[in-house]
Amino acid sequence: MWAFIKKEFLYIFRDYRTMLILFGMPLAQIMLFGFAITNDINNAHIAILDHSKDVVTREITRKLLSSHYFILDSYLKSDKQIKPAFRKGEIKEVVVFEKDFAKKMTTEGKAHVQLILDASNPNTANILNSYTKGIIDTYLFHNLLEEGKIPIRVDVQSTMLYNQQLKSVFMFVPGIITVILMLVSAMMTSITIVREKELGTMEALLVSPIKPGIIIIGKVIPYVVLSFINLIIILLLSQFVFGMPIRGSVPLLLGESLLFLIMSLSLGILISTVSKTQQQAMMLSMFGLLLPTILLSGFIFPIENMPVVLQILSDIMPGKWFIIIIKNIMLKGIGITYFWKETLIILGMTVVFVGMSIKRFSVRLEE
Amino acid sequence: MNDSREKIIEVHDLVKKFGSFEANKHLTFDVYKGEIFGFLGANGAGKTTAIKILCGLSNPTSGTVVVAGVNVNKNPETVKKRIGYMSQFFSLYNDMTVKENFRFYGGVYGLSSKEIRNRTLFFLDKLNMRSYENMLLKNIPLGWKQKLAFSVASIHKPDIIFLDEPTGGVDPITRRQFWEMIYEASANGITVFVTTHYMDEAEYCERVSIMSEGEIKALGRPRDLKKNYQTDNMNDVFLKIARNVE
Repeated sequence: MWAFIKKEFLYIFRDYRTMLILFGMPLAQIMLFGFAITNDINNAHIAILDHSKDVVTREITRKLLSSHYFILDSYLKSDKQIKPAFRKGEIKEVVVFEKDFAKKMTTEGKAHVQLILDASNPNTANILNSYTKGIIDTYLFHNLLEEGKIPIRVDVQSTMLYNQQLKSVFMFVPGIITVILMLVSAMMTSITIVREKELGTMEALLVSPIKPGIIIIGKVIPYVVLSFINLIIILLLSQFVFGMPIRGSVPLLLGESLLFLIMSLSLGILISTVSKTQQQAMMLSMFGLLLPTILLSGFIFPIENMPVVLQILSDIMPGKWFIIIIKNIMLKGIGITYFWKETLIILGMTVVFVGMSIKRFSVRLEE
Repeated sequence: MNDSREKIIEVHDLVKKFGSFEANKHLTFDVYKGEIFGFLGANGAGKTTAIKILCGLSNPTSGTVVVAGVNVNKNPETVKKRIGYMSQFFSLYNDMTVKENFRFYGGVYGLSSKEIRNRTLFFLDKLNMRSYENMLLKNIPLGWKQKLAFSVASIHKPDIIFLDEPTGGVDPITRRQFWEMIYEASANGITVFVTTHYMDEAEYCERVSIMSEGEIKALGRPRDLKKNYQTDNMNDVFLKIARNVE
């Protein structure tokens, strides 16, 4: 068994491609999701059409631009310039102040600001809309407060629990951990086992006195170790680069990850028993595991919004349950009493997959 | 053949069925200690099935198989320690060095580090490959790989070595050299059980069996078989048997 583990490590370290997939991919993914693929809005280009040009509109403009959300693209001079400005595609929003804005505010008690948004990306438009509104409201409120003219109003204060800055990286990290653990464990193990089949070395090993179970365990252990190192790298990165907290117990997080890891490994073994070539194993893990996990586990798309059929389908995605567990531990900081059900589901899946792969493995020997 | 020689493989009335398909139909034959036994047959004749049963990878549907004095069906693990196996794929790891391959398989067969080192040096000296021990296997020519594979398969001093089409894709000179290794092993008392598609190789065997459609159609010394089928080469013997079937 020790000989096996040593050999497997030798093999992994000599094959730079494997190493690249093992350690390059997690790094690349977390950087991509953390920095590039983000729902947070920074530096959206806007244009201002100020018909009034008085103290208040200038102050509001200044407030908008001093938030880091917006960058001033241009001052427009007339309504006619709005459409061409959008067509150029650079700007996402035009803020229009009506004529005599400040005057109307003091005399009539209300004045109009029009926000025109590029809704070709509805999410961005919505977010920009509420950011702008928020900034204008705050300004007006403080302004009126200073002048002692507080109108009767209800001030709604929302508190975003667990992720106060609404950072999307908080949403992505649990997903990435899930995907990476799944991918590395399932894909790498299935590929490495199938490679032995292709090379013909599996035959030689089966003829040797070593029991098939030991062969598989020996092959799998290095990947458990490497996946675990991966997990720790991801956690460290998300904590120190993106400031993602681990509010719950770290040993519990690692324990649950280990369980999920074993589940993925047994899936990998199962895949290896049904595939004849490395490519086949890779395809199976990519399309059979990776895509469904990304799309259906709640990693990117909220499960509640899916059609019922897909919701049911998402229930059999191990990733879904694991994401719930990690979010609970990392963001809410709660203990196993709150997610023992999810843990049990993953445990059950592990047992089923291990059983199935043992059965498949012995059947294959007979063929 | 003289029955006084020690039997190392005894197969009696071996039947293997997959569903209703009979891959092996009542095989009965013996192999003697130190013999080079050729196990011939066209593709799909049931050779591979029989070898898997002999190696303890698969259970017979009925019949008994005794290898090295052990009933394979009952104690496959004991049998596995006594046999070596080399396939046409050589079963070596390309990303490991020559020495590491020896060390790995030595470990698989439970040899001590000292034994592994001794055996490795023994084979490398014999093959004149001492200076290549730290070379990655993928950089080693095919003919040498083949000899290494044979050495690795015998690292644990097995009683029997199973060679499953060991000379596929190798030039005639290399094949010849390889057969010299086989003769040497046989002279040292190791039984060699070999399958091949090359009929000139069949001539090198002490005895051959020719399988077709799950049955052994002919069994004996190449010389006797040629006489029985009234021809001067094994190729014709093989073709005649195959043709009778069709």
